[in-house]
Amino acid sequence: MMEKMIFGRYIPADSLVHRMDPRAKLVFVFAFIAIIFLADNVWAYALAAIFTLASIWLSGITVRFLISGLKPVMILIAFTFVLQLFFAREGQVILDLGLFTIYEEGVRQALMISTQFLLLVFMTSLLTLTTTPISITDGLESLLNPLKKIRFPAHELALMMSIALRFIPTLMDETDKIMKAQMARGSDMSSGPVKDRIKAVVPLMIPLFVNAFKRAEDLATAMEVRGYRGGEGRTKYRLLQWHLRDTLALFSLVLLAGLLGSLRIWL
Amino acid sequence: MAREIISLNSITFRYPGGDHDVLKNVSFSVQEGEWVAIVGHNGSGKSTLAKLMNGLYFPDKGSIQIVGISLEKDTVWETRKHIGMVFQNPDNQFVGTTVQDDVAFGLENHGVPHEEMVKRVNRALKQVKMDDFLNQEPHHLSGGQKQRVAMASVLALRPDIIILDEATSMLDPTGRQEVIGLVRSLKEEQEMTVLSITHDLEEAAKADRMIVMNQGEVYRTGTPREIFELGDELVQLGLDLPFYLKMGNALKAQGVQLSGQHLTEEELVNELWTSHCKK
Amino acid sequence: MDISLQKVEYRYAAGSPFEKKAIEDISFTIPSGQCVAIIGHTGSGKSTLLLHLNALLKPTSGSVVIGDRTVKAGRKEKDLKPIRQKVGIVFQFPEQQLFEENVMKDICYGPMNFGVSEEEAKKRARYWIEQVGLSQEILEDSPFDLSGGQMRRVAIAGVLAMEPEVLVLDEPTAGLDPRGRKEIMDMFYQLHKKRNLTLILVTHSMEDAAEYADQVVVLNKGRKVHEGTPRDLFADAERLAEWGLGVPEVVRFQRLLEEKTGRSLPGVCLSIDELAAAWNEQSGGPAV
Repeated sequence: MMEKMIFGRYIPADSLVHRMDPRAKLVFVFAFIAIIFLADNVWAYALAAIFTLASIWLSGITVRFLISGLKPVMILIAFTFVLQLFFAREGQVILDLGLFTIYEEGVRQALMISTQFLLLVFMTSLLTLTTTPISITDGLESLLNPLKKIRFPAHELALMMSIALRFIPTLMDETDKIMKAQMARGSDMSSGPVKDRIKAVVPLMIPLFVNAFKRAEDLATAMEVRGYRGGEGRTKYRLLQWHLRDTLALFSLVLLAGLLGSLRIWL
Repeated sequence: MAREIISLNSITFRYPGGDHDVLKNVSFSVQEGEWVAIVGHNGSGKSTLAKLMNGLYFPDKGSIQIVGISLEKDTVWETRKHIGMVFQNPDNQFVGTTVQDDVAFGLENHGVPHEEMVKRVNRALKQVKMDDFLNQEPHHLSGGQKQRVAMASVLALRPDIIILDEATSMLDPTGRQEVIGLVRSLKEEQEMTVLSITHDLEEAAKADRMIVMNQGEVYRTGTPREIFELGDELVQLGLDLPFYLKMGNALKAQGVQLSGQHLTEEELVNELWTSHCKK
Repeated sequence: MDISLQKVEYRYAAGSPFEKKAIEDISFTIPSGQCVAIIGHTGSGKSTLLLHLNALLKPTSGSVVIGDRTVKAGRKEKDLKPIRQKVGIVFQFPEQQLFEENVMKDICYGPMNFGVSEEEAKKRARYWIEQVGLSQEILEDSPFDLSGGQMRRVAIAGVLAMEPEVLVLDEPTAGLDPRGRKEIMDMFYQLHKKRNLTLILVTHSMEDAAEYADQVVVLNKGRKVHEGTPRDLFADAERLAEWGLGVPEVVRFQRLLEEKTGRSLPGVCLSIDELAAAWNEQSGGPAV
């Protein structure tokens, strides 16, 4: 299941969105999340949807790819839709099934909430699909830099994140390997009573921890012999460059916020 | 005369909380531009030597000089600038998320300006023939490729000495060849001083000089020729014999007459050829 | 117990944008009691194939017959434990799978998972720890206090104590020093000979394939490209090079010798002694 998900993955390409400054993309996505809550009517949602589709189009990623890669999330959205459909009990009755009654308000609520959910998932996926994890880290570090004045450990946080990102695939492989090794020794993690399954986790977790500590120790040595002594006096290999397109992207967001706000007042 | 670039004088060392000395009265030196291989079975103390030379631990007795600087707690960062290290596990020394980030990591630490850094990263990756892999992530590389990136990370920092701490032991034969070939070309083209800690005789045979460790002591020092003359003594030490020696011994056991020691594979073939022609 | 693969194919992440075919159209049989080497370049599909040998992976197409059980693509399998008991796998760097507080418990883990009584498991632990060249005293120690070489042996004892009929070895000697390497391989080979244990050696060591295997299966880019005796295989160095593989040192030396002297020996020699004897015979017996 996990290996089929595209959530949090990066798809290399050379689109306008790929080339954007990660700081711009981060601000963009966080601002979008806030702005989308301004929408409270069908027209506003339609506008936000068009805006999202345009962003996807600019990234060169197809909607079909997004949907197929986000199947588990889609199921969740569908589930939310159905729940909303049955729970709202206002407005006109549209359909009376005896046991369940569907109201007009229910349809409206369900549509709006699942659209909102869908747009959020699309936009955040777009961020991770078009930005390498390391760029996201760099962007975050740069955005958090002003906080260094109040002794916020922005460099350490970014380094931690980048090392975590670097080791996630390694540790996933290792988990898989150790799981298979224990299964070959007759461990059974996928069937039997819950108590046994929990017990079967021990032979997996202990080697994982032992190996992770060993890796951490080796890595610390490797970093030290290459002269790592903390963030002080370090230069950066990756420079972030802000272009006109980044300013324009944020400007388009201001426009969207304005429009959504106006629709909220007018309708 | 070449300058003495590393020297260890009567080193004795025990791990904190350990029950025996891992190194006993170890002395040796490495000349500038030399390739020295330290060999020994697992647990002979050879890897501990690497940990002392990069200042992870300090000897209980004796002293270490790196490029003339005495290695002490307050000179550690100074001496580390002169030494580049490649370790055993290719995965555990890859710090960056991509190939170029990893090579840049050391340069960032040393405050190298950006433009200079880009040049050095590219040059170092070209030297190890990994310049087509700039944006590759480590889990998409083979072990040999990762070790070549580790070499590039070292080269970018322009140290005087490279220490390879069992850097080929986790690699497949192709990866091993890649790394050994690279070390050889670096040594020849750049006159780099190389210290390789290994139990791979193929790697050691290419060195200028070998140091055999046994039970925490220096057992023998000499050129690969001199060391391989030890013959079965090496097997007793948990090491192996080079192929041509084993082959020569088997031929002698069959009654094939061979004059004395042949010290390379070519010599053995030549001798078999001449003796064959005489008949 | 024979193991037979029939048109086995495996795709990772089947049905997703990340689908990747690892092996395809692989068929061969490993008869009971044989020593078979599966060789191939890194990334040739060896590791994926290995996982099919005791149903840790199920083919996405084709089937694997393990003794009287058939693991077939698309069919739900229940109770794979008997298969896993009969086919033991020693993975690469098996010391990484140790987890118990002492060596005794770790060795007993496998057997007890397969329903062996604690008493019997302990008996086996005491037996196998000596078979892998360690003393019984070590049984009380924590596996994490041992040296790397000792940990490797303990992990191997843990698999042997399951008393499998087929033993799959994935680069069992990687990272060991020459002495350790020889001791471990000789031990496996003795078990193979004395107990008629089927050995499947997954390796990129041509030396090991030449020395121990009855049959060699070569994989390249996820496909089987060769199956035969080591002698046939190593006679054709050019083809091996195409697959990114070398030949054993002794074979390389023989070719060098033949080229230099212009004399050819009757066949490819797989060991130093064999080559020495063949050369001696060619040159007309011991020189007087």
